[in-house]
Amino acid sequence: MKIKSNIALSESGFIFNPNTGESFTLNPTGQTMFGLIREGKEYSEIRDYFLENFDAEESIFEKDFEDFIHMMTSYQMMEPDEQE
Amino acid sequence: MSRNKVTVAVTALNAIDSPGPGVSVIRGLKESEDFDARIIGLAYESLEPGIYMRDLVDKVYQVPYPSAGVESLMARIEYIHSKENLDVIIPNFDAELFPFIKSENRLKSMGIHMLLPTEKQFEERQKINLPDFGKKYGISVPESVPVSYADEIYKATEKIKFPLLVKGKFYDAQIAFTLEQAKEYFNKISSKWGLPIILQKYVKGIEYNVIGLGDGKGNRIAAVPIRKQYITDKGKAWGGISVGDEKMLALTDQFISSTRWRGPFELELMKDEKNGFSLLEINPRIPAWVYLAIGVGQNIPEAIVKLALGETVEPFKSYEIGKMFIRYAWDMIVDLKDYQQISTYGEL
Repeated sequence: MKIKSNIALSESGFIFNPNTGESFTLNPTGQTMFGLIREGKEYSEIRDYFLENFDAEESIFEKDFEDFIHMMTSYQMMEPDEQE
Repeated sequence: MSRNKVTVAVTALNAIDSPGPGVSVIRGLKESEDFDARIIGLAYESLEPGIYMRDLVDKVYQVPYPSAGVESLMARIEYIHSKENLDVIIPNFDAELFPFIKSENRLKSMGIHMLLPTEKQFEERQKINLPDFGKKYGISVPESVPVSYADEIYKATEKIKFPLLVKGKFYDAQIAFTLEQAKEYFNKISSKWGLPIILQKYVKGIEYNVIGLGDGKGNRIAAVPIRKQYITDKGKAWGGISVGDEKMLALTDQFISSTRWRGPFELELMKDEKNGFSLLEINPRIPAWVYLAIGVGQNIPEAIVKLALGETVEPFKSYEIGKMFIRYAWDMIVDLKDYQQISTYGEL
């Protein structure tokens, strides 16, 4: 899965979904996660980055990552990768 | 370079909590770069705010209510035409559309042009006919039943379960959770807008609207979908944002091409949990939020005037996504003499 190309994140963490008209605000942690997914990083790379730079345990990170992807998917901000 | 002068009469200058689109239509016409519009306001009541917006409206005439009949309306239009030499009329109220559609040829013979749906199109999309309309054109429409007596509600609820929407034939809709509530709304709405009342299955979801314009040949001239962001207790959008949902545009194209819709319209849509759209209503006229469409690059009132006058209009190809409108109520200070003039003489 990847973030749809028309979803933009502003410097303040504001996201607008042009398809649905919905808007959201991400906290700094969410912004970092959004940025890494947008860059196309693999799950393992994102996990390693968070474990290294945030005070997070692997099991908690795993759950938070899944929640984040689930939330982004339910708000129609994700789409399958070309190879999927 | 001088622009062509056109004289356009516009109705719906009211601005209560369910505002008319007239003032926004006029703003669009005044912003046209292709013609210089002289605006004749047509008002039903002497307290319609557009009457007093002298920078937008050049002259105002009071007109009889549609309930007074076609002849009464035509007599008044003939008088106004003799004074103002109208080129185009843009009627903006549901209730007045039928008499104007009926008078289209008569007005045309006087040199007054309009861009309205045909009588067949107007009737087909009536709320009471909407289920058949959906079947005919392959558009998802919530189940609905027309009722003319309060006693019929109980039987109708065997088909449509609570909660359900109780809707007036022109305006108004309330969600009823019980039989008692449904009867109460039936009486309230029917006393205002007449019969029948429509009971419609309640679809839970997010409200979206599309404003559009068809050329009568099956082509889309304009279409802008919005998500309602701020909804009043009358269900009216007080704030909205333009969106780029291809599904809504495809549905709009299907509507225009299959019906060969002529004129402006508004599609009221509900997006359900599975991201499917149900068509709740088709309003055969410009909605009050038309100025958002103008603001994102589709001046629909201007296009209506050109099409009505027989000019070729290239379809709008794009619009700005993510632009919002936020409505504001503005208190004007009005001289009593202006109020007196319109109230006494029916002209200002």
